[in-house]
Amino acid sequence: MIVAKRKPVNEILEMVKDAKKVLVLGCRSCVSVCSAGGEREVEILASLIRIGMKKAGKKIKVIEGSLVRQCDKEFIASIDDWKGKYDAIVSTACGVGVNFIANLREKDVVYPALNTTFMGGSEEQGIWAEQCAGCGDCVLHLTGGLCPVVRCAKSLMNGPCGGSVGGHCEIHSSVDCVWQNIHDRMDAIGQSAGMDRIAPIRDWSTSTHGGPRTEVRDDLTV
Amino acid sequence: MSFTPDIQAFCCHYTSQQAIAEAAEQLKADGMPENVTLNRVVCTGKLQEVTILKAFENGADGVFVVGCPEETCHNRKGSARAAKRVIAIKNSLEELGLGSDRAEMFHTERGFHPEFVTAAQTMNDRITAMGPAFGDSK
Ligand code: SF4
Ligand code: SF4
Repeated sequence: MIVAKRKPVNEILEMVKDAKKVLVLGCRSCVSVCSAGGEREVEILASLIRIGMKKAGKKIKVIEGSLVRQCDKEFIASIDDWKGKYDAIVSTACGVGVNFIANLREKDVVYPALNTTFMGGSEEQGIWAEQCAGCGDCVLHLTGGLCPVVRCAKSLMNGPCGGSVGGHCEIHSSVDCVWQNIHDRMDAIGQSAGMDRIAPIRDWSTSTHGGPRTEVRDDLTV
Repeated sequence: MSFTPDIQAFCCHYTSQQAIAEAAEQLKADGMPENVTLNRVVCTGKLQEVTILKAFENGADGVFVVGCPEETCHNRKGSARAAKRVIAIKNSLEELGLGSDRAEMFHTERGFHPEFVTAAQTMNDRITAMGPAFGDSK
């Protein structure tokens, strides 16, 4: 899922300082699971905005809502349900949701309430870790299922580097060296021979280096 | 100018037994400030952040939560969870310029104990000294 974190509340207050009516709009998918932008977090943020504005001696009307997702046209269209009730939307979706509102709603002012941080999963309650960078040319079949692009600080394709010590990355002793993990895992699953393979120089054009990416599926377009 | 703060207390069923056992008059005689409103919850672990924030939205100058001692919470981790939420609230209040001291977590033994009243007095003294949460704009 996409993992995100709420921005400092004063940063959000600065965005809405001239608004009179604000719609705090949650997303009930990824950011709800990571407790950053679901219905519960919408309630909290709406309350914080009211308190902050009250403290500043300003009047504002804050209404609350949420969509199943903010990354689909169909759901974005239902923002019409709040027509006339806001002059700015504070979206607690990830950056995709904010972009979608901006793409599809010509006149709507939309602000991001979250910093979208990474694609990852929950290691334990309250802790999330990055697992994939969406590089567009997955190598997990060669690395025992562990991602060297995002879990190695240097995105090495032939690791580990000389800084790997006792299973830890040289950037910090609290960080696993994923290349140590890859070697251990390849051994454990009977694929250690794969570690003799030298990965060629990588073509990063499938990643963000090649400009904005789109995915077209001819079998699905209408 | 004298100032009597609006203080909202959220107490779990177990730590608030003093309030139940004693009539309001007796509690007052024990030293319970009259401007402290008790809100009883089944367990402080059930208390949501937004409930505390709403109290401020509705004009509270201070809020405190009373739950069981962390190690002996009736619902195991209820009061520990509440304490963490209170820290989140304190951080937000500080960020918003209201001051983190306007919210506090207290842990007291279950049942009938004078610490319950002491917690309320501590908050009353503190918030009275801090002044109104929203200045003139309240
Ligand atoms: S190799 Fe690329 S696609 Fe595969 S997990 Fe890593 S970043 Fe994601
Ligand atoms: S120590 Fe391991 S994880 Fe860290 S940069 Fe080197 S190879 Fe990558």
